Amino acid sequence: MNNKDFTITAKNLTKQFGDFTAVDAISFEVGKGEIFGFLGANGAGKTTAIKMLCGLSMPSSGEATIAGYDIYKEPEMIKKNIGYMSQHFSLYQDMTIRENIRFYAGIYGLTNKQIKERGEQLIKELKLENFADRFVADLPLGFKQKLAFSIAVIHNPKIVFLDEPTSGVDPITRRQFWGLIYEASHRGITVFVTTHYLEEAEYCDRVSIMVDGEMRDLDTPVGLMKKYNKKTMNDVFLYMAVRSKRKE
Amino acid sequence: MKQFIAFIRKEFYHIFRDTRTLVVLFGMPLAQLLLFGYAITTEVNNAKIGIYNQSPGQYSNGLVDKMVSSGFFRLTENIYSEAEMLDAFKKNKLKLVMVIPTDFESKVNRGEARIQLIADGSDPNLASILTTSAEAIIMTWMKGNFTQNLDIETINPQVRWHYNPELKSAEMFVPGVVTIILMLVSAMLTSISITREKELGTIEILYVSPLRPVTIIIGKVVPFAILSIINTIMILGAAYLIFSVPVNGSILLLLAESMLFIMTSLGLGVLISTVSDTQQTALMLSLFGLMLPTILLSGFIFPISSMPLPLQIISNIIPAKWFLIIIKSIMLKGVGIAYFWKETLVLVGMSLFFIGLSIKKYKIRLQ
Repeated sequence: MNNKDFTITAKNLTKQFGDFTAVDAISFEVGKGEIFGFLGANGAGKTTAIKMLCGLSMPSSGEATIAGYDIYKEPEMIKKNIGYMSQHFSLYQDMTIRENIRFYAGIYGLTNKQIKERGEQLIKELKLENFADRFVADLPLGFKQKLAFSIAVIHNPKIVFLDEPTSGVDPITRRQFWGLIYEASHRGITVFVTTHYLEEAEYCDRVSIMVDGEMRDLDTPVGLMKKYNKKTMNDVFLYMAVRSKRKE
Repeated sequence: MKQFIAFIRKEFYHIFRDTRTLVVLFGMPLAQLLLFGYAITTEVNNAKIGIYNQSPGQYSNGLVDKMVSSGFFRLTENIYSEAEMLDAFKKNKLKLVMVIPTDFESKVNRGEARIQLIADGSDPNLASILTTSAEAIIMTWMKGNFTQNLDIETINPQVRWHYNPELKSAEMFVPGVVTIILMLVSAMLTSISITREKELGTIEILYVSPLRPVTIIIGKVVPFAILSIINTIMILGAAYLIFSVPVNGSILLLLAESMLFIMTSLGLGVLISTVSDTQQTALMLSLFGLMLPTILLSGFIFPISSMPLPLQIISNIIPAKWFLIIIKSIMLKGVGIAYFWKETLVLVGMSLFFIGLSIKKYKIRLQ
């Protein structure tokens, strides 16, 4: 297999907690700049899978490379090349927007000049000029999520992992959020995103569907709808998820 | 290094923007100092005393005057019967009663007179302090009036208290307060600050970042180490200004030993954060797992030598016990490290053990 064309490769990646197999031998590849959707009901193993890919959790077996680096041997290199935004809100509420930007850019080793340039550009793009020195706690949730995403890619990572980034956000903001995702993808950043908003799945280049820790299918949204003869991703997902044996 | 500085800066934002942390950091030491200094004192001033004088006369009245003018006692009541005395004790109106028996006036010249002191034993510490003081006053009065009779007195021991000649309680509690505050700030605040990031989920972002776990731990503890040292200086300064408690030994040595104890406490704090997932748990563990044993078993309030054997053995694993010996030696005795190198070694061992264990545990948690 030629790893160069892919930014993520996974082969039989498995995670077991005792007798329970949270993620069961998933295999897939993600190309550069691709928006890869990772769908599944709660408890299907999405978060566990994403944690393994980010180096937060050691796989029980299987192989994976991220940005060309092996997840067992080169976790430090992987960390430099990825961004991550969790389903928990990931900015510090007791710090201002500028302070948050400076902190995250700082721990990724950006120079002071870079921090200043990219920070101001980011604030401008998000139209946060009037809020830049206000505490993050005072921002509306939609703004917080957009800010968190922009900060997650401030160091120009090769891949950004988004774990349910839009939960609890209104549809309009969700739309704007996806605008940011497209933009990142155009810049060549691979986007790996989990979601349970199924209309969002249709924005992805390809979508994988997790059921009971297994990857049941992987295709473009159009391909999946055709294959299962459904009109929306919602119907495809329901059709597959109904077959889950695992209870939440 | 740049990453580390960014991290430290963030930590100071958290600390200085959280009122509760600030109160614990700066309010608590002052409150404890004042509490122990003014409220919880073992000195006696103006204790309520009653006199049951069954033999009024020149001598007995003189003795009563001497007693009342000493400053230790405040005459609250003159008593005229035993029932009245018991009643006064029950109502908590008196702590001590001096009974002068009917034959006092007649026998006092012959050196045969007796005096009875009755103290409220429900507060044994106070009772023993009061009776000792009263005895001393009676003794002085005797010397003043009956020098000739005292020649046949038996040996009269001259007691002198080394290192704290006036038995000022401030000199005993200041080292204790420093110990408690260092433990509190270092261990409790560190464990809470780490678990807070767990609760908020921000810790995952830190784990995913290029920051190494060791850097994260060090970044978490360094601000509290700095603040703890500042706290120590603050307490010592306040103790000197308010209660005139000096540091007789080397201040630099004291700060170095404090730093060692801070390391031990920080290790414990990180350890607590590895086993607790919420701030609540971390707080509970710090309070009941660290603070209570530190206060009760370190020898700060209750002397270790008068504890039952099992507790004496347990007290050896309390880091504060060793630090208290060290800080008392430096502050009160003014001696150097030659006198407490063993205790210092124990603390070095403990801090290496706790820090090592917490780093090991931290790595396991990441898997």
